[in-house]
Amino acid sequence: MPDPVRLTVDGLTVSVPAGSMVSTAVVSAGASGFRQSVTGEARGPLCGMGICFECRVTIDGRAHCKSCQVVCAEGMEITVGQAPRDVAGPPAGLPRQLVVAPAGRPQARGPAPQYDTLVIGAGPAGLAAACRAAECGAHVAIIDDNLRPGGQIWRADISKRSSPADAWVRMAQDRSVEVIAGARVFAAPEAKCLAVEIPEGELALSYRNLILATGARERFLPFPGWTLPNVMGAGGLQALAKSGLPVKGKKVIVAGSGPLLLAVARYMKDHGADLRLLAEQADQASLLRFALGLAAHPGKLAQAIGFRAGLLGTRYLTSCWPVSAQGSEKLESVTLHRGGRTWTEPCDYLACGFGLIPNTEVAALLGCAMSQTGVAVNEFQETSVAGVYSAGEATGIGGLDLALAEGEIAGYAAAGKHETAKQRFGARESHRRFAVALERAFALRDELKALAQADTMVCRCEDVTLGRLRQFGGWRDAKLHSRCGMGPCQGRVCGGAVEFVLGWKAASVRPPLFPARVASLRASGE
Amino acid sequence: MGKGYDVAIAGGGIVGAACAAECAAGGLRVVVIEPGPVGGGATAAGMGHIVVMDDSPAQIALTNYSRTLWMQLAPELPADVEYVSAGTLWVAADAEEMAEVERKRGVYESIGVRSEVLDAKALAEAEPNLRPGLAGALRVPDDAVVYPPCAARFLLDRARAHGAEVRVGAAAAALTADGIQLRDGAFVPAGITVNATGTWAPELTPGIEVRKRKGHLVITDRYPQWVRHQLVELGYLKSAHSISSDSVAFNVQPRKTGQLLIGSSRQFGAEHSGVDAPILSRMLRRAEAYMPGISELSAIRTWTGFRAATPDKLPLIGPVAANPRLWLATGHEGLGITTSLGTGRLLADQVLRRPTAIPFEPYLPGRKREEALHA
Repeated sequence: MPDPVRLTVDGLTVSVPAGSMVSTAVVSAGASGFRQSVTGEARGPLCGMGICFECRVTIDGRAHCKSCQVVCAEGMEITVGQAPRDVAGPPAGLPRQLVVAPAGRPQARGPAPQYDTLVIGAGPAGLAAACRAAECGAHVAIIDDNLRPGGQIWRADISKRSSPADAWVRMAQDRSVEVIAGARVFAAPEAKCLAVEIPEGELALSYRNLILATGARERFLPFPGWTLPNVMGAGGLQALAKSGLPVKGKKVIVAGSGPLLLAVARYMKDHGADLRLLAEQADQASLLRFALGLAAHPGKLAQAIGFRAGLLGTRYLTSCWPVSAQGSEKLESVTLHRGGRTWTEPCDYLACGFGLIPNTEVAALLGCAMSQTGVAVNEFQETSVAGVYSAGEATGIGGLDLALAEGEIAGYAAAGKHETAKQRFGARESHRRFAVALERAFALRDELKALAQADTMVCRCEDVTLGRLRQFGGWRDAKLHSRCGMGPCQGRVCGGAVEFVLGWKAASVRPPLFPARVASLRASGE
Repeated sequence: MGKGYDVAIAGGGIVGAACAAECAAGGLRVVVIEPGPVGGGATAAGMGHIVVMDDSPAQIALTNYSRTLWMQLAPELPADVEYVSAGTLWVAADAEEMAEVERKRGVYESIGVRSEVLDAKALAEAEPNLRPGLAGALRVPDDAVVYPPCAARFLLDRARAHGAEVRVGAAAAALTADGIQLRDGAFVPAGITVNATGTWAPELTPGIEVRKRKGHLVITDRYPQWVRHQLVELGYLKSAHSISSDSVAFNVQPRKTGQLLIGSSRQFGAEHSGVDAPILSRMLRRAEAYMPGISELSAIRTWTGFRAATPDKLPLIGPVAANPRLWLATGHEGLGITTSLGTGRLLADQVLRRPTAIPFEPYLPGRKREEALHA
């Protein structure tokens, strides 16, 4: 192992394993809150993947840095928990790129596009798409806002050298796929060109074909106490643990809905957490039907059996969900509900997610039509916009195997190899049936709509309560008059909750898709 | 209540809301027809700068009068209107613009508007994030900032408190001398109808000279105290009032939240409401030229909106010449938030045949057009 890294958090020197994210250092320093909300509440990380903006801290004088996406560097100075005052000089310790993009700003606006195929998202769908397109001779680049490829499901563990994404990453490298890490699409300033922010600045990437493999994020539902530090997403806690957050000996409750809970619970147990309980809101009968259906998918069945075996001795409760979280400065206990009974468990970390929501923002910006489940695509994974494809969770939640099949089809189709693409149709069809079963089994129950109380925060960026939202007639009205969804997460956290609880659909998508430096926004239009 | 209303107002933006509040407070039976959401047009898109502008004598009179009304109203405004008396700094880049500062100061002094000249050093102390080397500024301390959608809602609430009816979700299909024809087929009878629909006004009152003038804004994350005044370049008048071409100007506003609003741009003939990347870039480059550090701030959203522009840059307030029962309250261009209160008061005074605090003739729709100072 390389030497640990030393840095300061509010003046206190801490030492963390090399490769740890700044979020780990903040926790190691014993800080309970990472930032103060606009009404003065202490907040900590929620999503663990750069979506929620709750883990923002000041790094070397630069305000509003997402601590879950910046790697600790020797001598960094972190400030937490206060409103930022100054924005100083060049930021230090910014994440390194896996493969450095061409120096300077590429000449994207020349006559020929830089890439035959540009892939957004280096999760399973994106990696498969990039490899297949490159194997057909296309010049391919794949970008991802994470520092290592793999997406969320194959997120690399900093304590391990290998990652489940390695085989695909090696294949991509063997086929000369350019991998641009730590890069986030924020605008589409002209046709066939995307503006991308990287730590060093802004890139313009032009393409002939585009494959959107933008994955999914967790759906969070508001309940009293859900804004307390250490109440996190299920995937959120796992992501933070993989980037160095110690969970050994911590009392963990995993709750919400969906197969992700099993994987997270298993990970927590394997890493020494005191896993108290797994609470799945779906009922036993639905899960049983789903489990029987797994027989048609031997791989999934084996995986499920594996997870369950690993969780032997753990309480696994169906028809059970959290109704509130308590704590003074951070989480101390969780109150759960099951079959008319309500009780309280002590807890250090609540990992809580209610299924997944496809990330469709880039597709929406490009004008792609949407389906009931996500980005609408044809049999070759092409969207309503010619030359723009989409694969994986962005088109609808379906899991790893479906993502791989869709990615391969999109990659082949983008490279013009439609006959080869057709060979994957059968696999895709079978995995799609699994996706439908999945959705049915883990459908969210109506009782969850009643968890949030009038004084429960719904919008965590602007601190807007459910009671305030109920004064308005719809999403735009609420946005204009309460600023709900107008903070840096741009409604990615509250949007899913508002849709489920109030039935409002979020409106238009505009650049920047993610907060971007003013300089990047300016450069994107020049 | 009888069958009809005294005044039926189409449009629940800040101008319609101010007209409703004033008419209702004057004892008139008022109805507002707003398809929704309240303040969802130019009101939502604007910065919310309460400012005295000296482009023409009539503009000075209306903006100054309106600002006085805002200052009187300030103690009653709820917190979500976010009224902050931040003041405006008209920033002079060089000696030539400093001469303009002096001229402007003289104009303001002549009408009793407080202002003070800042030299280069005083400017740097007042706003440390401006670039070094600027010549100075004119500080207008009583100018202010509000959050316009909540201001519009507050004014509608006032109107309701005086008995007005506000129909959100109802859309006007046509305005007649007898009232408002709604899209759902219903008819709202009224003694006077007021077209306060901003850029949509020509659709309901064909033939009026109101054009759409597109603007862009960017909002940042929270950086409290990074900017303290509304900062506007003195060249603003030149660029803002160039009728012929697209223009940008340095115009940055501190919000009560600590966020910064970065403007501004003006485009005629741009119908598409999407963000226009090249003009956004020009606008941001202008801001960076005055405040280099702004480059590193995090921009969280951009949006566009359309101002209702008239040829002589003055709003249309009063009855249309052809029909004394059909009134207009539109054409406020980039000053609608400031001049909403003055518009409402002038309109109500005319309807109620009360004396007006400032002459109303310059804003009558049938006026003879005068060329403005910076045409």
